[in-house]
Amino acid sequence: MTESPLTKAANGEVGPHVTNGLKPGRNGVLRSVHRCQQDEEEVQRSSNHGGFYNRPFLESYEETPMLVAVLTYMGYGVLTVFGYLRDFLRHWKIEKCHIAREREEQKDFVPLYQDFENFYTRNLYMRIRDNWNRPICSVPGAKMDLMERVSHDYNWTFEHTGRVVKDVINLGSYNYLGFAENTGVCADAAAEVAMTYGVGLASTRQEIGNLDKHEEMEKLVAEFLGVESAMVFGMGFATNSMNIPALSGKGCLILSDELNHASLVLGARLSCSTVRVFKHNNMQSLEKLLREAIVHGQPRTHRPWKKILIVVEGIYSMEGSIVRLPEIVALKKRYRAYLYLDEAHSIGALGRRGRGVVDYFGLDPGDVDVLMGTFTKSFGAAGGYIAGRKELIDFLRSNSHSAVYATSMSPPVVEQIITSMKCIMGEDGTTIGSDRVRQLEENTVYFRKKLREMGFIIYGNNDSPVVPMMLYMPAKIGAFGREMLKRNIGVVVVGFPATPIIESRARFCISAAHSKDMLDRALSAIGEVGDLLQLKYSRHRQPASSARPFDHLYEDIDG
Amino acid sequence: METAPAYHLILEGILILWIIRLLFSKTYKLPETYKLTEKEKEDLIEEWQPEPLVPPVSKEHPAITYDVVTGPPSHKIIINGKECVNFASFNFLGLLDNERVKEKALASLKKYGVGTCGPRGFYGTFDVHLELESRLAAFMKTEEAIIYSYGFATIASAIPAYSKRGDIIFVDEAACFSIQKGLQASRSFIKYFKHNDMEDLERLLKEQELEDQKNPRKARVTRKFIVVEGLYMNTSDVCPLPDLVKLKYKYKVRIFLEESLSFGVLGEHGKGVTEHFGVNMDDIDLISANMENAVASIGGFCCGRSFVIDHQRLSGQGYCFSASLPPMLAAAAIEALNIMEEDPDIFTVLRKKCEHVYSALQGIPSLKVVGVSFAPALHLQLERGSGSRVTDLQRLRSVVDYCLDRNVALTVARYLEKEERFLPPPRLQA
Repeated sequence: MTESPLTKAANGEVGPHVTNGLKPGRNGVLRSVHRCQQDEEEVQRSSNHGGFYNRPFLESYEETPMLVAVLTYMGYGVLTVFGYLRDFLRHWKIEKCHIAREREEQKDFVPLYQDFENFYTRNLYMRIRDNWNRPICSVPGAKMDLMERVSHDYNWTFEHTGRVVKDVINLGSYNYLGFAENTGVCADAAAEVAMTYGVGLASTRQEIGNLDKHEEMEKLVAEFLGVESAMVFGMGFATNSMNIPALSGKGCLILSDELNHASLVLGARLSCSTVRVFKHNNMQSLEKLLREAIVHGQPRTHRPWKKILIVVEGIYSMEGSIVRLPEIVALKKRYRAYLYLDEAHSIGALGRRGRGVVDYFGLDPGDVDVLMGTFTKSFGAAGGYIAGRKELIDFLRSNSHSAVYATSMSPPVVEQIITSMKCIMGEDGTTIGSDRVRQLEENTVYFRKKLREMGFIIYGNNDSPVVPMMLYMPAKIGAFGREMLKRNIGVVVVGFPATPIIESRARFCISAAHSKDMLDRALSAIGEVGDLLQLKYSRHRQPASSARPFDHLYEDIDG
Repeated sequence: METAPAYHLILEGILILWIIRLLFSKTYKLPETYKLTEKEKEDLIEEWQPEPLVPPVSKEHPAITYDVVTGPPSHKIIINGKECVNFASFNFLGLLDNERVKEKALASLKKYGVGTCGPRGFYGTFDVHLELESRLAAFMKTEEAIIYSYGFATIASAIPAYSKRGDIIFVDEAACFSIQKGLQASRSFIKYFKHNDMEDLERLLKEQELEDQKNPRKARVTRKFIVVEGLYMNTSDVCPLPDLVKLKYKYKVRIFLEESLSFGVLGEHGKGVTEHFGVNMDDIDLISANMENAVASIGGFCCGRSFVIDHQRLSGQGYCFSASLPPMLAAAAIEALNIMEEDPDIFTVLRKKCEHVYSALQGIPSLKVVGVSFAPALHLQLERGSGSRVTDLQRLRSVVDYCLDRNVALTVARYLEKEERFLPPPRLQA
């Protein structure tokens, strides 16, 4: 195997995936790995761990087939070799150079970018750049209109032809409950508020940016989640990066999951606390870290920690996995740590009433110390919130960076959140909200089941509306995106560095606005492209069942 | 050949045996100071009590209860039920309730809905975003511009995208909080120079040059930046930009300019402090501003040459990992730009009014005005502080309440006391 810098860097993460059978499972709790001969590995795990769960928790992360892994590494190796060749040609001006250059007057300054930092961008990302940043010109609903772009110089520059590709099925936007719409109750209410209150606010929450609408919205959010009070911020990313530093400081410990989002990582770093990482969704790893931390105290001085904060997400958007919340709550109570739950993707998308992962497991929202979430995904608006006890929120009102220095939320966005939340709660007098929640559940189960039957490798929990489908090879990333677009379906593909290097994937986000017909069309296109590109890697083909999609959804195997 | 004497052989034999023993003996382990038994561990776990998650906040803390505004915040604003003249929002060009802006925002809402449901990379790029970026670049006469969905996050994501561990940043002491957070996230060496003091900055640069000469290899890869604001939020005065540009070429440092308060305010056409001083735009590496002040929308942008800005599209955290700006806010910003371009007289009007207010506020006993005469945001500071921040704040709050009773809205400038690096004294903001 070629030892390129890319593979060297990623080897640490990727190693376990290539060995066979005998590694401990990725999800620590209950893995009964079949120690059979070759690279067969049991797929479905049903965990009923000591009665914590009152519903089946089915996750699967099928292992990378050996041949595929080898071919993927070879693919990256070839790309790297060609990358060096291209750089060489560009340096000696044999090939035309499209890269923007430094100013003449500043040529003797220290270079702004190191050459190697951009190696990946220049040589690998550029080739398939047309799969990202696709501009759209309509509502990002279940169907959207894309602006057509062409590139005449292999993706270095793009031109808009002016034509619009209409009615592309949207499997990429985070539109779980279908509230991204420009007609209907929410849009009308937001339009009215835009005309009366205007669009901007030009002041911070603590000065005079606090409208009565903000207070109304905060009360509503608290009611929705079942907690005492809530506070709202203008940007989801900033909610994490500005409030974790307020909650934990020097002398505190943050235990964060391996695959946490960049905003959580940034918040933990800015807080100057010690940060320790536990394996993804692995409760044994977390417990071990907790015990060690309490017993040994702070490094070197051995003073006891001031507090311990466990930071996890509801649904992890790259893996499609759902956090093992009942076990974490049990651990937290035993070791007296605090829990920070980031429900960016799971609020509105999980649970019988759409109240998020706490509702999905049937737990008490008071058990989670800090409930955080965003309004971008399920509510069709923008911004984030933090909810919890009244003391917590009072503290944040006076000490959060955002309340003091950042502008408050725009009024029409606030109105959109209020209307959509009332709709989900059923307070507007219709059942639209609960219908959508149910529709999302059905769509998710149906879509996942069909993909698995077709033979693709799908990661994640059976109930999560985020569906990652493995592609592995770098060439297939670009090919999949483009082939799907030819069939009028817009998908999202992700590769390194958002995922480990050989685990590139396509990620589908199911929405309640997708009708069964749209899903069927998408599934047939995916099947077609899968055959064309040979993506059906799974070795656990399940026979196509003709039963109803959610026959055994709520099998209660408790006790 | 002589045979070796006997004692030689014996000595060598002993040495060989010693080496063999060392090779096979166990490595020396530092004795662990303690090895706890399971029971001891359980006891420690039982005994440990963490602090409460948040410290209690007293009920009289001024920031718990906010003033509630009902109705649109424009020239007149209704606070806590009273209608007042608004001297407290950053609504410099009065565009917050401009009808044209609202119409355009409404049209955009009818076309796109409210939210974008995705980051820029995954179907979150709308044609309005692209239009806004090209309009901003054209307005500022730079090659490219990039939009963020939150003003605070703009400079806080831009700085760490370029400056990494090991680089050096020279910052003014009065830099605002978002710049401080960007500096913290970048993990570089930060050197503060006294506010607007070019000699102090030159001194620091000279010191750095000496360091570089000692270690030229390291100096060749250490990037150096100067971060300044056009119109400082904390002191309301301008930075001496021509001097900074001279220093830039002399010591080979790059300049990042933060123009949140000066965009749309200074300069003949509102292009900011570069126009005000007549400095060539190309000399500044990066200009960052937020659209929440003069351009009465939400969000922020950075503009500059493509060589510099394009990098943020993959490494600006607030750009890649966050949902994009709602399209109606982008449409509102475009319309505000249209108004700014069509009618450059509003800037002269604004400046006259600023000077008028500035001269009128001079001579108030025991309150001194901090800021330059053409700054639209002024600070009123107590001439003689009582030494305790809390009493000062209470006194200022009573001034604000008095003004509210007389239907004029002011506000106490808010700072996070424990987090600011150089805490400004308590003051009012107008």
